[in-house]
Amino acid sequence: MTMATISAKDEAPVFYQLDEHPHAEGSSTMLGFWLYLMSDCLIFAILFATYGVLGANYAAGPAPKDLFDLSLVAVNTAMLLFSSITYGFAMLAMVKGRVAQVQAWLLVTGLFGLAFIGIELYEFAHMIHEGATPQRSAFLSSFFALVGTHGLHVSFGIVWLVTLMVQVARYGLIAANQRRLMCLSMFWHFLDVIWIGVFTFVYLMGMLR
Amino acid sequence: MSVSGMFDNPALQKAIFGRLTLESLPLHEPIVVWTFVVVALGGVAMVGALTYFRLWGYLWREWFTTVDHKKIGIMYMILGIVMLLRGFSDAIMMRLQQAIAFGGSEGYLNAHHYDQIFTAHGVIMIFFVAMPLVTGLMNYVVPLQIGARDVSFPFLNNFSFWMTVAGAVLVMISLFVGEFARTGWLAYPPLSNIGYSPDVGVDYYIWSLQVAGVGTTLSGINLICTIVKMRAPGMTMMKMPVFTWTSLCTNVLIVATFPVLTATLALLSLDRYVGTNFFTNDFGGNPMMYVNLIWIWGHPEVYILILPLFGVFSEITSTFSGKRLFGYTSMVYATVVITILSYLVWLHHFFTMGSGASVNSFFGITTMIISIPTGAKMFNWLFTMYHGRIRFELPMMWTLAFMLTFVLGGMTGVLLAVPPADFVLHNSLFLVAHFHHVIIGGVLFGLFAAINYWFPKAFGFKLDPFWGKMSFWFWVIGFHVAFLPLYVLGLMGVTRRLRVFDDPSLQIWFIIAAIGAFLILLGILSFLVQIGVSIYRRNALRDVTGDPWDGRTLEWATSSPPPAYNFAFTPVIHDNDAWSDMKRRGHQRPLQGYKPILMPSNTGAGVVLAVLSTALAFGLIWYIWWLAAVSFVAVLAVAIAHTFNYHRDFQIPAAEVARTENERTQMLAAGA
Repeated sequence: MTMATISAKDEAPVFYQLDEHPHAEGSSTMLGFWLYLMSDCLIFAILFATYGVLGANYAAGPAPKDLFDLSLVAVNTAMLLFSSITYGFAMLAMVKGRVAQVQAWLLVTGLFGLAFIGIELYEFAHMIHEGATPQRSAFLSSFFALVGTHGLHVSFGIVWLVTLMVQVARYGLIAANQRRLMCLSMFWHFLDVIWIGVFTFVYLMGMLR
Repeated sequence: MSVSGMFDNPALQKAIFGRLTLESLPLHEPIVVWTFVVVALGGVAMVGALTYFRLWGYLWREWFTTVDHKKIGIMYMILGIVMLLRGFSDAIMMRLQQAIAFGGSEGYLNAHHYDQIFTAHGVIMIFFVAMPLVTGLMNYVVPLQIGARDVSFPFLNNFSFWMTVAGAVLVMISLFVGEFARTGWLAYPPLSNIGYSPDVGVDYYIWSLQVAGVGTTLSGINLICTIVKMRAPGMTMMKMPVFTWTSLCTNVLIVATFPVLTATLALLSLDRYVGTNFFTNDFGGNPMMYVNLIWIWGHPEVYILILPLFGVFSEITSTFSGKRLFGYTSMVYATVVITILSYLVWLHHFFTMGSGASVNSFFGITTMIISIPTGAKMFNWLFTMYHGRIRFELPMMWTLAFMLTFVLGGMTGVLLAVPPADFVLHNSLFLVAHFHHVIIGGVLFGLFAAINYWFPKAFGFKLDPFWGKMSFWFWVIGFHVAFLPLYVLGLMGVTRRLRVFDDPSLQIWFIIAAIGAFLILLGILSFLVQIGVSIYRRNALRDVTGDPWDGRTLEWATSSPPPAYNFAFTPVIHDNDAWSDMKRRGHQRPLQGYKPILMPSNTGAGVVLAVLSTALAFGLIWYIWWLAAVSFVAVLAVAIAHTFNYHRDFQIPAAEVARTENERTQMLAAGA
């Protein structure tokens, strides 16, 4: 079994790995998911840029000051931030291997997420009722696109969360499920970061205009 | 005409078929009808043959559901070549129209049809010819070059491929059901907005690109992970083959730009479907916002296409000069610099927008700066050839043709980068000539070089050199005959996308260009004959060594075609040009001690998801809302169900590895 040969110099290079250990499954998953998040981040970047360019084009329609209710948005922001904290608790429980605790925290996270979506839908409905529809002006088009895309992401996150809860219930905290929980964790916190951008750039700065 | 009672109820018909009616079929266009007849007969013949020879099961098990990066790579290449035929048919139809539509003649294509043709030509050539061919190449070669057994996410790879196919299928459907966009390949609003393009054409455009875009983005993520995470031990970043480097940069660009395209098209569809005002002329919308956004994707896109081919030329020049690549490090840095700069030049596509002298100067200068790293590459290739023992095989011939053609095309690009000159040449045939010069001279010549170079790796026999040379000369001569006249016309002020002409003095140039297109047709036919003849003469062209060109990188270390697991033992890398190093230092293939190998299992989920996505897109295009809703729910359900499958690997037993490797040992002994 000679796979190493003697070269001109007196080193003996090894050209093949003879005693190979199988690679840990999913070793690329975290990097891959991170790259996906960055690509998603670019979609938001485009929506932010569009809002930045078109956000002051009210077309003689309502402006942020006429529409935004900061206290409602503050409550909404709190919902999302709390959900990130509770997701963090779920991850801590996961590391300790406590299935019931993980499930409980995931449930709480999902409920906060639902509350966020509910309040957002209420806000949208209210605006549309007042005539501030996405069609009314470029400002409103870009507002609904940006905030709505974020909301859509949170909704998908909730679907994913429920799926994972079923999978954890069925198969326990096996390595594959832990990896999936990690991915959803990154996704959830990522949406939080985006929301902080939305809150600052759209709502707070909108009130200043 | 009352087909049944149901058709008498317009509301019900609309609920079921959306805006799809019998009138949507282009029965009044004889050219389209005859194309349909030919395609349908061909399709029936193929389906019949596959059924008669009982190949469906084989295709499904071994190809459609495969997660093997090599087979997926080959399927991408086949998709690209098939779509090349469609894209080229569009091209030669335009050339013919422009050559005869003089002196009051309307030509043979009406405006409605002609406008679809130039749009479809651009869309197909970029998204469904160049992209699949480049992605297929990277898919096939990169894992082999880095000594890996597959990509990071094999299922995702299969899914990405089928999403690309779904996009291509949608474009093809638009030929016979409804129409394609009449807006030009980037569908600028306000023309592409609902007021000026109320028909399904732009919707076909949007959804075919969105569906294919999902595949492209995911395959970009997949290949980055593969290159970053799965290199064989010892292969540091600066020991990676140049093709792997350029692939890495290309995939970084894909992940960094395709989301921009996705978002931009999503906003355009909101304008069209919901009535928002992003790119409208009213209510504060801004069409130039779209033009900026689409080119923020669009300019990096051309580097996505060309960078991998720069890698191909590097591999080929060094292999066929029998020398290590000159200036490896500078080559890598030049690639990275081009990657970054490609993101900073988008505005040169619309200097005429009126953004002012300072902005135009900035983008003009960044554009000109790109020629510096590109020039460095050119010199590196020349110095690699210098004092080399050059073998003028087909891949090397294509490389030389590239070097001559691309330099000229690049120079006209630098001319266009000067804003005042661009104000004269904007949207003229000079521009058309320029980008065909670099895309055909760079991407296409590179792809032919790559196909001739790696075909023996994929199939175990070389491509026939006689028909390869026929194809080469027809293409190279045909290209120059077809496109150099366009520079002349462009300088005389002829703009692009014209259907009829008044000035008879221009006609001669268009006739010359049409002759060039005909020569290119012969080049394409010769290429197809080359493949056919090579399959027929495969025993004479057989290569048993797995290394027919005296290659330098790892893909030549394994058999041709490589086994499913690529390498029985993972190679260990000590130097650039790892395989060259191994040959030089007298390595020996290990002949025993095989271990079972864990490989990913096949799955049909990718095909199912792509079919459902096609249905979803079709529903959205034709306003068949129930179809869109049902397919959307089905896509979600299948995707979620797929995540419940935890057993995605299987083991190739050691005995089977031993049998495969022993066959190779015997083949090598017989060949020696």
